Amino acid sequence: MTEHSAPPRVPFWRSPTGRAWAFQAVMLGSFLWLAVSMYRNTLENLKTRGIGSGFGFLHSEAGFRIGEATGIPLPQGGFLYFLISLAVGLFLSRILARHLKARNEAPLETGWFGLCLLLSIGLPTATLYIFRDSVEIAHYTESSSYIMALATGLANTLKVAVIGCVASTFLGLFIALGRLSPNWLLSRLCRWYVELNRNLPVLMQLFFWYFVVFQELPGVKQSIDLGGWIILNKRGLFLPGLVPQQGAWLFVAALITALCGCWLVLRRAKRMRDETGEPGKRLVPCLLLMLGLPSLAWLAGGTPFLLDFPVLKGFNYSGGMGLTPEFTALVVGLTVYVSAFNAEIIRSGIEAVSRGQREAARALAMNERQVMRIVILPQAMRVIVPPMTSEYLAIAKNSSLAVAIGYPEFVSVGGTILNQSGQAVEIVGIWMGVYLCISLCISFAMNMYNARIALVER
Amino acid sequence: MHTQTYTATHLGDAPVVIDIKGLNKWYGQFHVLKDINMQVRKQEKVVICGPSGSGKSTLIRTINRLEEHQEGVITVEGTPLTNDVRHIERIRREVGMVFQQFNLFPHLTILENVTAGPIHVRKMPRKEAEAIAYTYLERVGIGEQARKFPGQLSGGQQQRVAIARALAMQPKVMLFDEPTSALDPEMIKEVLDVMRELADQGMTMICVTHEMGFAREVADTMVFMDKGQIVEYATAEEFFTAPREERCRMFLDQILNH
Amino acid sequence: MVHDIPDRLPPAATVGVWGWIRANLLCPWYNALLTAGSLYLIWRAVVPFWNWAVVNASISLDPAVAKQHSGAAWGFLREMWPVFMTGIYPAEERWRPLLALCLVLVMVGLTLLRPLRRATWLRAAWLATHLLVFAIIRGGGFTGLPAVGTHYWGGLMLTILLASVAMIAAFPISILLALGRTSNMPIARPFCVAYIELIRGVPLITILFMASVVLPLFLPSNMELDKLLRAMVGITMFFSAYLAENIRGGLQGLSRGQYEAADALGMSYWQKIRVVILPQALRIVIPPMVNNFIGILKDTSLVGIVGLVDLLQIAFATTSNPKWFGRLEEAYVFIAFWYWVLCFGLSSYSQHLERKIPSAGK
Repeated sequence: MTEHSAPPRVPFWRSPTGRAWAFQAVMLGSFLWLAVSMYRNTLENLKTRGIGSGFGFLHSEAGFRIGEATGIPLPQGGFLYFLISLAVGLFLSRILARHLKARNEAPLETGWFGLCLLLSIGLPTATLYIFRDSVEIAHYTESSSYIMALATGLANTLKVAVIGCVASTFLGLFIALGRLSPNWLLSRLCRWYVELNRNLPVLMQLFFWYFVVFQELPGVKQSIDLGGWIILNKRGLFLPGLVPQQGAWLFVAALITALCGCWLVLRRAKRMRDETGEPGKRLVPCLLLMLGLPSLAWLAGGTPFLLDFPVLKGFNYSGGMGLTPEFTALVVGLTVYVSAFNAEIIRSGIEAVSRGQREAARALAMNERQVMRIVILPQAMRVIVPPMTSEYLAIAKNSSLAVAIGYPEFVSVGGTILNQSGQAVEIVGIWMGVYLCISLCISFAMNMYNARIALVER
Repeated sequence: MHTQTYTATHLGDAPVVIDIKGLNKWYGQFHVLKDINMQVRKQEKVVICGPSGSGKSTLIRTINRLEEHQEGVITVEGTPLTNDVRHIERIRREVGMVFQQFNLFPHLTILENVTAGPIHVRKMPRKEAEAIAYTYLERVGIGEQARKFPGQLSGGQQQRVAIARALAMQPKVMLFDEPTSALDPEMIKEVLDVMRELADQGMTMICVTHEMGFAREVADTMVFMDKGQIVEYATAEEFFTAPREERCRMFLDQILNH
Repeated sequence: MVHDIPDRLPPAATVGVWGWIRANLLCPWYNALLTAGSLYLIWRAVVPFWNWAVVNASISLDPAVAKQHSGAAWGFLREMWPVFMTGIYPAEERWRPLLALCLVLVMVGLTLLRPLRRATWLRAAWLATHLLVFAIIRGGGFTGLPAVGTHYWGGLMLTILLASVAMIAAFPISILLALGRTSNMPIARPFCVAYIELIRGVPLITILFMASVVLPLFLPSNMELDKLLRAMVGITMFFSAYLAENIRGGLQGLSRGQYEAADALGMSYWQKIRVVILPQALRIVIPPMVNNFIGILKDTSLVGIVGLVDLLQIAFATTSNPKWFGRLEEAYVFIAFWYWVLCFGLSSYSQHLERKIPSAGK
């Protein structure tokens, strides 16, 4: 019988865990000391300079102009009901889908899927329509609070970020396809486009677009006029605007319903293809839906939108949708810059799929479209999505450079508030907090997507 | 200078399935296939061997247009192999290929891998395609793994799935490009067993391989290639007992006696 | 006996210049369309630029003469290029940055010479070089050279200085962060994660603002931080988070066997890290690190927003001079050239390295 003896007690300073703890204790201690002394210094410095602290100042009146005051829907009344019904609808449809999936493994029947769509999209749309009169959209004025100013700045940032992400993805896709094309000239051109844009700083490109391109545009009287639809001059880019009328809500609701209907039609066509080998009818029902439903809404509700063309009045164009040179330069500059990176990401994603995959698909007699759709793209997406998401994050962060060309986005507005109120610590904290939230949301979504499509291996 | 057309006269009147006339291929300036004239008959089992760089893989890859040839005419089941996409796709439907690196689609399950061809190319309904797929998966001994992904299987299992995937298209000819060269030794046997069974059931096969034991058992015709041309073409018996060419003798010596 | 068939040349239509043109530009029909479209694009883009830059340009040093030409005024660059290089550094002291640059180039050349690469004195020499470069450019004190304050530094010199200092200073910090993040110490690890994720989630401009405006508040009121130093702190903090993620990738790319072998030899933690793990991990991630460095080089252009005059800002500074007013395009071409050469050169080098360095075995 062997005796089990307890392991000898090792002196604290010789065991690995003991050392790790000692190290961490020192680290924590010095960090705390640093934090406390920084805190003390800050309080003292703020007192000497007569700067207040705390977040109460955010309610004070702003008193400065913001060039582009995007409307912000206030979280009360109609908009609030919309948000609640959206959350409820998504939650219910998710539970329904999960319950049905647990019962049988196959993808949802068209009918059940339609019900889920109804819950997650139809319900919020209907709620928004019913309560449309109580939706308030606030616009920033000089007498609004600092909070309103910051919210407007954030809305501007998001506007630029979303447009930039979408546009740069499409542009990047085109450039990537050009790069992959067998045409030597096109391929080289695209390569030089990418090399040019990737190796120049984004701020420099923004300056280029703003100072060199947009300031060199002709004055108002000699604007570049493309048939009255697009007008380009020193004061900005003018496009015809959509002015919502009586029938606007109904029209938009009908449009959304038509889109959902098309989704259902496509799903059903796919199921029929699975069952009989022949795809179900797709083109005619979709056309009917997309043209028919909105037309019915037009008849029932009256004209949905009026086109408001920009008209030259005095020294500037008024009416229509006017995009300032700052906004246009920012969007164009960011799009062009990021599209170069996106093109590289897409190209390397497609090339990362090994040649053997393409050969195996071709050996099965699949045509080029099928090879791309069934074999190459699904595998390429796994390689493309993570770096693409960092690029989207980069657009959101690079939009902060607008402070250098005077577009009033989040950092720009915050900078003005910082200069006015002097409360730098709070403003910098707000900046970091908001951008961190945006980053975390996008990362979270990306991680979920990645987990779902990860290749299953041993 | 025309060489003779190699054809399996010992198979009598069996119809010619693949007819290669005057095939020449270049990679840039490098003359990689020289004046190949060969015929493959129905139900014939051809094994092509030779030193590396002799062009054997290139030859079978030109048959289903994975490689283009610059001179010569290849006719498969009566359809000439040209740049015409319709001809190419028609030929690829009748010619199945198994690769050295398996090349299974990692993002699809085993079942989806095997049904991909029937569903998208032969436009079968899903149920019918799955039934066919299960038949062939059972035949290669992998039926119970149908719901798994390729990454979860061993090399030998993956190659057997690749064979089932090619068979599910119900081709007239099967091409094998060194199917066991990437496998660990203990898995080679399971793949060769499947190929042996396929041969017994009367499939027309062209196989590039170094497995001489398998070749001896299964082949009707042995082809030895060196430096891009066919050097020796004989029945299996002649080839292994009395090869005519010196190079072929040396190669067999090396392969069989290491 | 089978005779060897002699090698032949491939049919004419498939090779040679004509064959290549046919294959790559003209067949099939949509290729020809794409070629035509591309040529048109090139024509529309290149010809006006060529006219501006070469045909209608003037190289006269006299602004009046240059105004008569409708194209570029390269005389502007002929006169002002030292300002682009070193900012408003006093003209008579310009030999000092030049000396510092030569010193660095000599060191780089020595490092690239293979036989000397392993020499231990090389590392000490590099450290000394950095201090010497600063001393030469800054002057004052014991060097006996007239002091040139940091607000005179600018231009390309400032850009390279910022990027290099950030790289060097961030390195040890990043190593510690990466080690902390991959360890399982319950206090150090969340701290490292929080730092890295916080910095990576916010734009550089906010960090620069923080360093310029908020950092002075954290310090005792009698400490006055140089503007350049604040920007350096900001960029270093920013860079350290990204570099830490690179290094972490390298640490995780190493197989567990390396750690186990080092432990089996009885090495202590720091020995293991220093001798076995880090050299391998760093080698693997040199290409992404070089890419990060290129990013930092481009990001130094943001310091213009917090008041420093780097290469990008010089464009505005020089063109607001009434003598050469509004010559922004020429300035941009010059700046773009330098940024492009540096970044493209570094990225070519990193691609070259990627081909040479084998990836870690798993």
